[in-house]
Amino acid sequence: MEEGNWILATVIRAVALGTPILWGTLGEITAERSGVINLGVEGMMILGALAAFVVAHLTGQPTAGLVVAAAVGGAAALLHAFISITLRANQYVSGLALTMFGLGLAGLLGRGWEGRPLLDTLPEISALTYAGLGVAVALWVVFYHTRWGIVLRSVGEMPAAADALGVNVALVRYLAVAFGGVMAGAAGAFLSLAYRPAWTEGMTAGMGWIVIAIAIFAAWDPLRAVAGALLFGALFHLSFRLQAWVAPELLKMMPFAFTILALAATAGGRRGLGAPEALGTPYVTGER
Amino acid sequence: MRRLGPLVLEPDPVPPPARVLGVSLFAIAGALLVAGGVFAAYGADPLVAYGVIVRGTFAGLREASEVVRRTIPLLLCGVGLALAFRAQFWNIGAEGQLLAGAVGATAVALFVPIPGPWVLVAMFAAGFAAGALWGLLPALLRLRLSVNEVLTTLMMNYIALYGVAWLIHGPWKGATQFGFAYTDAFPEAARLPLLAGTRVHWPTLAVGLVLAAALAFLLARTRLGFEVRVLGQNPTAGRYAGIDPARTLLAVVLLSAGAAGLAGVGEVAGVHHKLLDPGQVSLGYGYAAIVVAWLARGSPLAAVLTATLLGAIFTSGDVLKVALQMPFRVTDVFNGLILFFLIGSERLLAVRIRWAPAATAAVPAEPGVPGTPETGGGS
Repeated sequence: MEEGNWILATVIRAVALGTPILWGTLGEITAERSGVINLGVEGMMILGALAAFVVAHLTGQPTAGLVVAAAVGGAAALLHAFISITLRANQYVSGLALTMFGLGLAGLLGRGWEGRPLLDTLPEISALTYAGLGVAVALWVVFYHTRWGIVLRSVGEMPAAADALGVNVALVRYLAVAFGGVMAGAAGAFLSLAYRPAWTEGMTAGMGWIVIAIAIFAAWDPLRAVAGALLFGALFHLSFRLQAWVAPELLKMMPFAFTILALAATAGGRRGLGAPEALGTPYVTGER
Repeated sequence: MRRLGPLVLEPDPVPPPARVLGVSLFAIAGALLVAGGVFAAYGADPLVAYGVIVRGTFAGLREASEVVRRTIPLLLCGVGLALAFRAQFWNIGAEGQLLAGAVGATAVALFVPIPGPWVLVAMFAAGFAAGALWGLLPALLRLRLSVNEVLTTLMMNYIALYGVAWLIHGPWKGATQFGFAYTDAFPEAARLPLLAGTRVHWPTLAVGLVLAAALAFLLARTRLGFEVRVLGQNPTAGRYAGIDPARTLLAVVLLSAGAAGLAGVGEVAGVHHKLLDPGQVSLGYGYAAIVVAWLARGSPLAAVLTATLLGAIFTSGDVLKVALQMPFRVTDVFNGLILFFLIGSERLLAVRIRWAPAATAAVPAEPGVPGTPETGGGS
């Protein structure tokens, strides 16, 4: 009986920690489906975490914190969208800049908030998990069974053809990137409002990078992303859980080492996995 | 051709060096302006903050020597990244390669008995090898399985970080350090000499400058450099020219990662004299080196200048922490903003701006209507 409780508790914590990973991954998948890779997930998540904590602390309304975090994440993503879509700059570098800027800004503005307790936390972790699963199913339906999905995917695969059919490529990409930011911001809010209700500098601890990796080895499929997020939730949780037996520093390596393994195992050429054909390339009207 | 008031904007895809410099300075100025806004949001008067920065970085010899000390790891990582970027290998792993180099040097300093001055040479060799080894796995995965190196090099950073943390808490924890999580201090022979009156470990600086010159020579004058330039610009053409892309890429990655490893040697042998918390061994030099390399636009010689600029930013982080109690993270605000402005302004490089006011009054009949600002034609 004791044993059973331990396993159940582990699974529940694993699912809980998989939730922000899932939200972030779903957002990143949507952005990448439109042809824009955003390496700024870590930065958007940390800004979301700080914004959520500060708003919840000031208003006593964790839900307000969640909403503001999503808005902050979306706004940060728009910065990436402007630079990579409108100015057509290198998407990889722009995303890296967003991560640096986000970590720096959150570290600076969050200085006075470290170590404060949060009285009003998001109560229902399970509801947030179900919301994540719901978004995953909804995205799967949208991607593969609606007109919007065709538009989004064609912008990511063959923007010139979509453009010729009258699709506003830049607009679709802006919306997809902004959605990615909203999800990343909300994922950050989950960390600072529900998982460990507190604000600490650098609290995302590389989770944003894991999110980008899952988007790749889930082959940009929202349902496979669920499996990937749960797996990594379990890995992150185990890295706390096994500390009685293994050095904590070695356990913390585990998710990152496993990411490399998963990327290698599922590799078979970028195209083999079904990456959006135009991923990473800016679109210029009239050029093929 | 477009008109902007009295100015004429013409496409000119190959920018002269003066324009590259001008646009870069414009980008840096823009970043500093926005950073001032961030200071204000934090509650610090931007003018006061910049006053503190100027006094803390340029005021005297001591301040300038601190900038040089911060420049050393940025230069070593930055020239390596410049080379890797030229070959279109997106090495984001200089941070981990630096830490691996620090571990390699520490292993030699503490556990390998080598007589006299040779110990420092052995430490540099071990650091280079350890850094290169840390870059090897992402390179092989990219070559054999086409795994995106951006993510693998990043993951290797976290693995290095926790690896160093494990060493200093576990097997390498110093017997004489009163329970603190450091290794034992290096013996005297394993410490780098300093320039008199400063904290500049000059041998590492010399290695960095020589490496910058050597890589510039390599890129401009050698077969490997030629192959790197061809592969960076047109991999298909390279294959037709008989270049083995795998061999070239492997050489580039090993050089690039090894250079970052040398930076790690300098930090433990020249600054700390022990291996300690990874966040103190490197203050994020490996990530900031991305800005160094990008700002230098892939030129190892220009990286000497841009590393100095970033060195000044890191020194600013120190003085802002002391004078205005800002967290050191403020350096990331600068780095991120500079990178944003830099890539955001890249399209300006391909535009020649001419002052031609007379034409404005005479013929406004160009397709670009007078006074129409250039719109970013993304739609």
